[in-house]
Amino acid sequence: MRLTGLQKILWAAAGIATLAYGAFMVLSDRAPLPVAQAAFRPTFALPDAEGRLRTPADFAGKHMLVFFGFTNCPDVCPTTLSEVAQVMDDLGDDAARVQPLLISIDPERDRRLGLAEFVTAFHPSILGLAGDAAQTRAAADSFKIFFEREEDPSAPDGYAMSHSPALYLIGPDGDWLRQFTYGTPATEILADLQSRL
Amino acid sequence: MRTLILATALALSAPAAFACETFTVGDLTVEHAWSRATIGAGRPGVFYVEITNAGDTDDALIGLATPAAGMPMLHETVVMDGVASMPHAMSIPVPAGQTVALAPGGYHGMLMDLSTALKEGDSFPVTLTFEKAGEVTVNVEVLSLRAEGPDCEHAAQ
Repeated sequence: MRLTGLQKILWAAAGIATLAYGAFMVLSDRAPLPVAQAAFRPTFALPDAEGRLRTPADFAGKHMLVFFGFTNCPDVCPTTLSEVAQVMDDLGDDAARVQPLLISIDPERDRRLGLAEFVTAFHPSILGLAGDAAQTRAAADSFKIFFEREEDPSAPDGYAMSHSPALYLIGPDGDWLRQFTYGTPATEILADLQSRL
Repeated sequence: MRTLILATALALSAPAAFACETFTVGDLTVEHAWSRATIGAGRPGVFYVEITNAGDTDDALIGLATPAAGMPMLHETVVMDGVASMPHAMSIPVPAGQTVALAPGGYHGMLMDLSTALKEGDSFPVTLTFEKAGEVTVNVEVLSLRAEGPDCEHAAQ
């Protein structure tokens, strides 16, 4: 294969960029992290079951435990919501300072099946939010989470959802604090929250 | 009709802790069969169980049948690169000398097209089909929506 002049220049540029990136990774690994990192404040604007648009501002002053999921999900979502419910029970009086949220990634079907009824069956404090496709995508992008509809003829309604199953903790000023990976025991989430409240 | 069969199955079931019952077929022991209560019948239910293979030959769970659901299937929750998906499992290996658990976050039976909502305290039969050992029917106890598994006391252990 013969390369044109432009292709040679592009390949050389790609090589230099790779080396520069490698050097940057090595150096940045050694350099101390900046002390004051810009706060990451994921956001959303999604309607609740009554159709009221909810945003993080509604929960200012509270910690938010945010989970992206869907109700037509027999395993991961009930398991996580059960843990959240246990955490809320165990928080006692401090529970008033934590707002658990389920953001539906399957909003059309969840609205039809009843999202509020589903989440409150786990714990009355959990609030379900289900927007339209654009609002849902915007919220997921803001939280940097992945979700995707997978066509599956054997699934209910012919599709299933794959999604990031972690639980996200947002601070009282809206800052992203941490995530709890799927399967983190309720006791660990509880201990972490108690250390912050 | 299916509702009638299920209602009969439920009516015949005693209030004992079914999830702690043990069933055997060939070299296989099947125990801790449980499910979670559902809200309505519009969403799928779940089926969890433990299978121990005390024999010398590998076996595999290849199918589920139950009057409680029109379309029970085997699934596996897979979390890869931070994304959970739920592929259909054609069969679940039950290797010789090992115990395999269908448990939250892993393999599970997905009970689609429920005949009625599953209520805490109910029980229903599920027939498991194994590649070599054949079929065995177990009673599945419906635990609370928030249950993480049955609480069985094994005095013998």
